[in-house]
Amino acid sequence: MNSMNATAIRTENMSEKVAKPVINEQPENAVITEGTTVGQPFADDPKFKLRNVEVFYGESPAIKNISLDIGRNEVIAFIGPSGCGKSTFLRCLNRMNDSIDICRVKGSLMLDDQDLYDPKRDVVELRARVGMVFQKPNPFPKSIYDNVAYGPRIHGLANRKSDLDDIVENSLRKAGLWNEVKDRLDATATGMSGGQQQRLCIARAIAVSPEVILMDEPCSALDPIATAKVEELIAEMSESYTIVIVTHSMQQAARVSDRTAYFHLGHLVEVNDTDKVFTAPDHKLTESYITGRFG
Amino acid sequence: MTNQRTQAEIVRQSLKRRYRKERRFRLYGMTAIAVALLSLVVLFTDIIGKGYTGFIKTTMTLEVVLDGEQMYLEDPTDKDQISMADFQAPIIAALQRYFPEAQSRKDVRELSRLSGNYASNQIRDLLQAQPELLGSTQTLEFLVHDTVSVYVKHADNPAYSIRLSEQQQRWVDELVEQGVVTTSFNDVFFSRGDSREPSNAGILGAIVGSLLTMLVTLVIAFPTGVAAAVYLEEFAPQNKLTDFIEVNINNLAAVPSIIFGLLGLAVFIGVFGMPRSVPVLGGLVLALMTLPTIIISSRAAIKSVPPSIREAAEGIGASKMQVVLHHVIPLAMPGMMTGSIIGMAQALGETAPLLLIGMVAFIVEVPEGFFSSATVLPVQIYQWASSAEQGFVELASAGIMILLAFMISMNGLAIWLRKRLERRW
Repeated sequence: MNSMNATAIRTENMSEKVAKPVINEQPENAVITEGTTVGQPFADDPKFKLRNVEVFYGESPAIKNISLDIGRNEVIAFIGPSGCGKSTFLRCLNRMNDSIDICRVKGSLMLDDQDLYDPKRDVVELRARVGMVFQKPNPFPKSIYDNVAYGPRIHGLANRKSDLDDIVENSLRKAGLWNEVKDRLDATATGMSGGQQQRLCIARAIAVSPEVILMDEPCSALDPIATAKVEELIAEMSESYTIVIVTHSMQQAARVSDRTAYFHLGHLVEVNDTDKVFTAPDHKLTESYITGRFG
Repeated sequence: MTNQRTQAEIVRQSLKRRYRKERRFRLYGMTAIAVALLSLVVLFTDIIGKGYTGFIKTTMTLEVVLDGEQMYLEDPTDKDQISMADFQAPIIAALQRYFPEAQSRKDVRELSRLSGNYASNQIRDLLQAQPELLGSTQTLEFLVHDTVSVYVKHADNPAYSIRLSEQQQRWVDELVEQGVVTTSFNDVFFSRGDSREPSNAGILGAIVGSLLTMLVTLVIAFPTGVAAAVYLEEFAPQNKLTDFIEVNINNLAAVPSIIFGLLGLAVFIGVFGMPRSVPVLGGLVLALMTLPTIIISSRAAIKSVPPSIREAAEGIGASKMQVVLHHVIPLAMPGMMTGSIIGMAQALGETAPLLLIGMVAFIVEVPEGFFSSATVLPVQIYQWASSAEQGFVELASAGIMILLAFMISMNGLAIWLRKRLERRW
């Protein structure tokens, strides 16, 4: 029993720390050719049509020539080792990188055939269509009600108090939080548990009725029970939203997503149906990663 | 096995050393705090010991006969007569009833120096206001002379009796015994402006002057400072110019305050021709002095707003302006206010720049507005401390206590605001 635990722990440690030496002895079909992605990166009815995307932080490239389609109402998971660029790529999709001065984005990024990076485009309107949920739950230090109502308020989505009340209730219901908080909507949001806070952040994101929800490791700060609830929620939401989720947990990617994209050192190595990625990946690097040989 | 034992031994040895070191370190800390507390106690005892008498006034209650003949006054409504009349005479006469032996010129002179310099004015004002009182007998309360006051208040300290002759001391002792000369709470100190006579001098003028000056400082420095901080932190591009501005702001915070006084003199008085020694001018100069402190503390407060909150707001589609107005400023407000109040407390205690712009003038009137001549608390204390009369020394100490009370309440307000408005996330 003891020895088993020890092995388990060692494997985990290895995936964290002893990763580098393994990469050096790459198998021959583990070569990455820039700009080429194995599998099915393209979709028939794309919500996002991303072609030859490159991102630079100052002079150093973070994303190297990636082309990808994200289908309408699909859940796509981005996986890959730390620093592979999956979060950076995700943040291009609603231009959250704009606030970083040294960050430059090249290539063509289209949302419903409209250029995301068109200089004439208002980023505020874009973010109302493409919402985001972050790694750490980040509710505003205000009441639960105000947290959810904030988005509709600034966008002027509700003219009357009753409309706003409806939006708040619906959003909280969709986020599976209504029954837990309906009696204390005026309580401060920072007093909730971590899992509730994250679901509140999801409610806040869907309150402005976005078309796409980007999730940047939404469960990494949550315990397994809260994680299960959020995953359930993602499954429900996938009927009406396009969801892009970045995750470090491969089980999570396997559970919630339709397609999985594997990133490696700024390259998009492989995109395939989730089942295929986790059972018979096309690329050797993907296989190494999902079998825990490095991470 | 032996190897392990020795290792444990070594660890135990080193543990002992570590504990010793920790104890020593704690001792250093406690000594430092003890020294700090001791100096504070010594300082406060000294100030309070010297200054509490400043809150006590000495008065004598006399039955004066407002005898027109004695005062060379027939008609109190006649201005010429008023200016020529001898209002001191009734007071001397009243005192002579207690000391009938004092009749020689020298005795009368000494007797007349028991009452305060403004006692005769009190009779004049009374008669001017109510001319019908001429000829009547009135029981009036006069402030005693400064030398008498300190003698009474420090009865057991011979150092305070040197200004009185032995005969005067005997008289005063007699009057105290008979209950003519009494001490009470010094309401004069809190209701008047400065005076040449310590027992007649008050701090109200300086308090009002300080409040008016601080108000101007607050109104100018706080919005400007916060706006500058928000712009520099949130909107300004990062380039050579903003770097230059930042370096300069940090340098300005360390510039000796007297330089700001020179600036005020050269620019506000020299170029703009503003009047001297008015609260508006003092407030402007102190605002310039406080501005860097407010900008620096506000920027620190803005920086400490967690980036996750900004991201959250941006992620929903808030514009830059909305992020700043709805989230960053409210969350940074406690820090900004604390910094500003501390900057204001600094400005409240500032003397040097105000000396240069003429707020050191001798001003008797309590200032009535932002454009009337005024002085401020620290300058008033400085003036009293540099006066020769013993009475002013205790007033200076009393003034210091008032200033300290203001400082403590301002800092207390800062702490309360921070506690009250601080939000946790």
